[in-house]
Amino acid sequence: MADDFRLKSTVFRQEREPSWRELEALVQRWESRGLRGLSATQALRLPLLYRAALSSLSVARSISLDRNLSDYLESLSARAYFCVHGVHTAPLAAVRTFFFRQFPDAIRQSAWAIGLAILIFTAGIATGLILTLINDDWFFAFVSSAMAGDRTPDSTTANLRAALYNFDIKLTDMLKLFAAELFSHNAGIGLLCFAFGFAFGVPVVLLLFSNGATLGAFVALYASHGLTYELLGWMLIHGITEILALLLCAAAGLMLGRAMAFPGRRQRLDALADAGRTAGRLAVGAIFLFFIAAVLEAFPRQLITQDHIRWLIAVSSLFIWGLYITATWRGRKVDSTDAVHDGIS
Amino acid sequence: MTVSADRVAHSRVAPLQQHAGDGRDTRRRSVLTPEGVALSLQRASTGSRFIALLVDLLIVLMLLIIPGIAIVVAIQAFDMPRIAAGWVFTALLVASFLLRTFYFAAFELRWQGRTPGKRWLRIRVIERHGRPLTAGAIFARNLAREAELFVPLSLLAAGGSAGVDGWIRLATLAWLGLFLAMPLFNRDRLRVGDLIGGTMVIANPKAILLDDMAGIAGVGGPAERFRFTPAQLQTYGIYELQVLEEVLRLPEGPVALDTRRAVAGKIRQRIGWSASDSQAPQNDTEADPRPFLEAYYAALRGNLETGLLFGRRRLRQAAKGSMPPSL
Repeated sequence: MADDFRLKSTVFRQEREPSWRELEALVQRWESRGLRGLSATQALRLPLLYRAALSSLSVARSISLDRNLSDYLESLSARAYFCVHGVHTAPLAAVRTFFFRQFPDAIRQSAWAIGLAILIFTAGIATGLILTLINDDWFFAFVSSAMAGDRTPDSTTANLRAALYNFDIKLTDMLKLFAAELFSHNAGIGLLCFAFGFAFGVPVVLLLFSNGATLGAFVALYASHGLTYELLGWMLIHGITEILALLLCAAAGLMLGRAMAFPGRRQRLDALADAGRTAGRLAVGAIFLFFIAAVLEAFPRQLITQDHIRWLIAVSSLFIWGLYITATWRGRKVDSTDAVHDGIS
Repeated sequence: MTVSADRVAHSRVAPLQQHAGDGRDTRRRSVLTPEGVALSLQRASTGSRFIALLVDLLIVLMLLIIPGIAIVVAIQAFDMPRIAAGWVFTALLVASFLLRTFYFAAFELRWQGRTPGKRWLRIRVIERHGRPLTAGAIFARNLAREAELFVPLSLLAAGGSAGVDGWIRLATLAWLGLFLAMPLFNRDRLRVGDLIGGTMVIANPKAILLDDMAGIAGVGGPAERFRFTPAQLQTYGIYELQVLEEVLRLPEGPVALDTRRAVAGKIRQRIGWSASDSQAPQNDTEADPRPFLEAYYAALRGNLETGLLFGRRRLRQAAKGSMPPSL
């Protein structure tokens, strides 16, 4: 007689409830203390109980009308889902995977964007260079007075040369302040380039072009005084690394811009998210490059005053980065989540 | 009490309407797990996200200011050489950049999409389509913050010094406003970083398992004392059943009692039930409507769940006056 009053959904609940309670306890430990809060056996039970809970949820949706029960199962499954399918990268392993696989891979994958960035930057340099060579006055159009300082078309050759070699250097605090500010400033510009990609990439093109034009105007100024070799040594010792970082950030911005403007068959937001994944890697790697560039700028450039050695460092940095980008690190395990992820998207 | 019990009942159960019709709750989002089960999650409110951001920014600021002050004091006290002070200052500058860029990303990596601020406000970052949250997505969404927030803020802060004129400040304000207001322009409250990273911020689910109302009514409970005819169980649908569940779960008190009396009265009137149908006396049902409601709930749920097994999902009550559909 009594059994008549037990609904199917009630029986279902009585049978499965212990496993839900067990899962809830495990999830609670995970939420407060992370994976370390669980023993090996518990850690192995968690995914099994999670799948059992998902199956309970599906059953409950089709046979039970107990609102609280389906709400509870929904919430329990979601909490367990965050444990089972959450971020599973140990920070150190993430750093290793990033530098040995993801970053160089991202650079190779975005060759078209980097090529476009190089094209725009070169166009900027050419514009600044040619216009300034034709007429000195253009210099002021490309270089702000604050940046130029006393390096203007009116300066003497000796003045211009003096700006390249800082003989009375000490390891003063000014130097290091300069390094820090530079790092913060340059990396800031790079990240701005990345984020501007969101505005269809138009500001990226402008920023890249104007930076190139400034560079070109400086080269033109020094070339007109016969100091090209000296200037390039002074500029490229850190410039190779810094320009590479800038180009990577700009490429990241251009990729985002393309995804925004031409999402193809995907939804615009999905296209943006896909591009954002590669672009984010480029930007993070570029921050690292900016850091190295700032160190090179603050120390070797100030300490080394021979043009040949400056050139040597510049050329070898170009060689090292080229090698880093083109080399593949065999034998390194691919980050499985990311591989699966990239495979899906 | 000036408000009628009926009104109270209505206002108490009003939130349930969000559940009954799936499209009505604008904050629920469906996410498909890799196992192929759709989970319904609630996106975080804009306010809680904003407060979480403020908390995190405050922590970053503290992390910078406290060592900064300590170092200045140490330099004063021990008369350190100026060159050491220079190093320290440099280190702080670099640290401020690294901290504001990587604080959020590092915590979201380590704590499953939660920063201290988010943890405190019980919200978290997830991948929009339910796929695993990758390090790449986390970095992308947090690097965008530089352009969304820090660059315009530092431009505004630089406004006082020479070199930044009024127009640039105005443009900066517009930009800051546009980026900050971005979440208000879309359904999922995504900021620019979420768009780029393919992420979304949701509120932590937090439902607890309560007693099974049908289980209470069942064995040895009130269900054995009340009897309902099939026609009496054909009147209501799933929506009403779940409103009834909500009414039964109200915390005990005078309000709950009034509500239950009103609901029980309505049900009795609607299904044409009289005390003679049960072994319980009429005045007993009047004094405490709970046994009657529990019994009716269990019986109605049994009826509707049987229907479910046969593929009949009756969502709402039949229109008043019309004949209930025959089984």
